[in-house]
Amino acid sequence: MKETTHLIHKYLRSSKRFPHIWCPGCGNGIILGALIRAIDRAGYSKDDIVLISGIGCSGRLPTYVDFNTLHTTHGRALTFATGIKLANPRLKVIVVMGDGDAVAIGGNHFIHAARRNVDITAIVINNQTYAMTGGQSSPTTPYRTVTASTPWGNLETPFDICELAAVAGAAFVGRSTTYHARLLEKMISNGIEKRGFAVVEVISHCVTYFGKQMRMKSPVEMMEWQRDNAIKVEDARKTEEDELRGKIVIGTIVDRETPVFDDEYMKLPGIIHKG
Amino acid sequence: MKKQKSRELTLLQGSEACVRGALAAGCRFYAGYPITPATDIMELMSRELPRAGGVFIQMEDEIASLGAVIGASLAGLKSMTATSGPGFSLMQEHIGFACMAEVPCVIVDVMRGGPSTGLPTLLAQGDVMQARWGAHGDHPTIALAPSSTVEFFELTVQAFNLSERYRTPVILLADEVVAHTRESVILPQKRNIQVEDRQSPTIPPEWYVPYADPGTGVPAMPDFGSGYRYHVTGLTHDTYGYPTTRSDEVEPLMRRLFSKISRDFDLLQWFDSYDVEDARINIIAYGSVARSAQHAVREGREKGMKVGLLKLKVIWPFMRRTVMRYLSSSEKVLVPEMNMGQLSREVKRVNQSKCQVISLNKVDGTLITPGEILSKLEELY
Repeated sequence: MKETTHLIHKYLRSSKRFPHIWCPGCGNGIILGALIRAIDRAGYSKDDIVLISGIGCSGRLPTYVDFNTLHTTHGRALTFATGIKLANPRLKVIVVMGDGDAVAIGGNHFIHAARRNVDITAIVINNQTYAMTGGQSSPTTPYRTVTASTPWGNLETPFDICELAAVAGAAFVGRSTTYHARLLEKMISNGIEKRGFAVVEVISHCVTYFGKQMRMKSPVEMMEWQRDNAIKVEDARKTEEDELRGKIVIGTIVDRETPVFDDEYMKLPGIIHKG
Repeated sequence: MKKQKSRELTLLQGSEACVRGALAAGCRFYAGYPITPATDIMELMSRELPRAGGVFIQMEDEIASLGAVIGASLAGLKSMTATSGPGFSLMQEHIGFACMAEVPCVIVDVMRGGPSTGLPTLLAQGDVMQARWGAHGDHPTIALAPSSTVEFFELTVQAFNLSERYRTPVILLADEVVAHTRESVILPQKRNIQVEDRQSPTIPPEWYVPYADPGTGVPAMPDFGSGYRYHVTGLTHDTYGYPTTRSDEVEPLMRRLFSKISRDFDLLQWFDSYDVEDARINIIAYGSVARSAQHAVREGREKGMKVGLLKLKVIWPFMRRTVMRYLSSSEKVLVPEMNMGQLSREVKRVNQSKCQVISLNKVDGTLITPGEILSKLEELY
C-alpha cells in the first residue's frame, strides 16, 4: 500500500484531472498501474518518457500521468511516435492503443511500425470491442458475438494481434491479461528495454459492453475467464492447435535481434562520409 | 545539389528551391510518401537531410507522414512534408490536429488536376478552398502561393517562420508548373535570410501553463524531453492542455486560435503589384498563372491599355485590405485561375459591389497563357 501511495504521488498528475473517465471495473487502471510500476522499476526519468495514445478509452490514459504526453488521432499514434523517436532518439517512446485503434483504423501503421522496427513500445489494450462508442464489433471480436453493430452475430473472423506483429517483423511480442498483472508488468518492462519495436498485447475486460454481450456479469467473472483460459506460451507450444482454440496464449512470443531503424539511421553519416 | 557560391546564377527547379529554402529555414525533419508531382521534393530531402544532420523518413502513407512530422516538431525539430491533391486530402485530419494542438509544421501541396486521381502530371489550382476548409471544424489557416522558383525558396522560408511564430501548420500551395519549371535564379544569401524559431518557455517547469495566453495569443512551446512535461491533445482543452467541455474554457481557446493570427492580418499582406495604380482593369492572380498575367499586362501596356496585376503571395488569410484597395481603384477586376473559380469567390465576397469582378477559369490541365489573359482583357476593356 505504501508503495502504491508513493507511485500515485510520483506519477499521477495532481492537477484537476480526476476522477478519470473510465467505468467502475475497467481494466485500464490495472494496465496503467503495471505500466507505472515497470517504468519506476527501470528508474527512467519522467522527463525522458513520452506516452502517446490514439482514440478510445485507452486514449485517455496518458492524460493522467506526469510524463510528456500526447493524445493523437484515431489509429495514428504510432506515426507520431515514429516522428518523436527519430527527432530525439534519447526519449523512451511508449504508445498505448486499443484494438480498434491499433489494428482496424491503424492497422497499416501497426504493421509498418513493426516492419520498420523503430525503437517504440506499443501496448495494445485488447478489450475486443469499441467501448468508447458503445460496444460495436472490432477486429478482435470473436466470431458470432452479438454486439451493438452485429445484432445477428459477428460474421467476421478476429485478428490475432500478436501473430500479426510477429509476421510483420516486431523485435519483441508478448501477451498478458488484466488478470495476470505481474506478468503484464514484466512484459511491459521487457518491451521497453528491448531495442526495436515491441508489442505488448493485454487482453482486458470491458464489463460495461463486452462483458454484457458475453453474458458475464462482473469484472471478477471476466478475469476468472481470463485465468481459466490462459495458457503459457511454453505450454502452448506443446499443445495441439485444436486444443488452443479459444485459449489466450500468454508470455513472450517473439524476442529477436533484427535491424533497428534508429540505429541504422545513426550509421548514415558514416556511409555518406565514405561516399 | 551542389553548394551554391554567393551571388551565383543557378539553374534551379522549383522543387529544388523549396528544399533549399526549407534547409535554410532550419528544417531538420521530413516525412513523406511518393506522389506526382511532389516526389522531387521528397527525393531531394532524402539526399540532403542526412547530410545536414536531419532526419528523412518515407512513411507508409500521407496520414502517417504528417503524423510523423507533427511528432518530430513536438520533439523540437522544424518539420515538413510535401504532397499533391490525393495526399493532401489524406492529411486534412492531421492538419486540424496541428491547428488544435498548435504544433508548427509546413505542408507543401504541389497542386495537380483533380478531383480524385485526376491529372497527376498536369497543372491545376483546385486546392485553394481545401487548404482553407479541408480540415473539419473552425480553424485558422495560413497558406502561401509561390509563382516562381525564387518565390518558392522565399516562401518556404517564410512558411517555416510563420509556423514557428504562430504555432500553426502552414500550407504552401505550389502548383505543378512552379514546382517543375527550371529557371536561372539568384537565391538570397544566407546572411540575408531571416529565420524565426518558436518561443521556448523562460519560466521554470513548475510554473509553466502550456496553453495560457501570454498576451500575444501564442503560448511558449517546450520540446518533449526538455523537462517541461505537458499534455498535448486534439481534444478541446483548457490552458493546461487537459480535455474540457466547459464552455468558459472552450470559447477562449477557440477565440485565441483565431485571434493569434487575425491580430496580425496587416503583417500578412504579401503581394507584388505591377502597373496597378492607374489601371482600369486589374488582374488578381497567384501561382504560375500570375506569371502569365504579368506577361499579359506587359503586352497590354505596350498596346496602350491601362491594365495592372496584383499578385497574391498569401492566399489565406485572404488579404481583404489589399484586395479591397484595388477593387475600389479599378473599374474591373479579372481573376484568372486554374479552377472553376475558388479565389474569385473570395474577391467577390469582399467586393461589396465596388467594381465588376470577372473570373477566367481553365481546367484542362494546361496553363492559362498570356495570350488568353490578354484577349480577355481586350474583351473587357
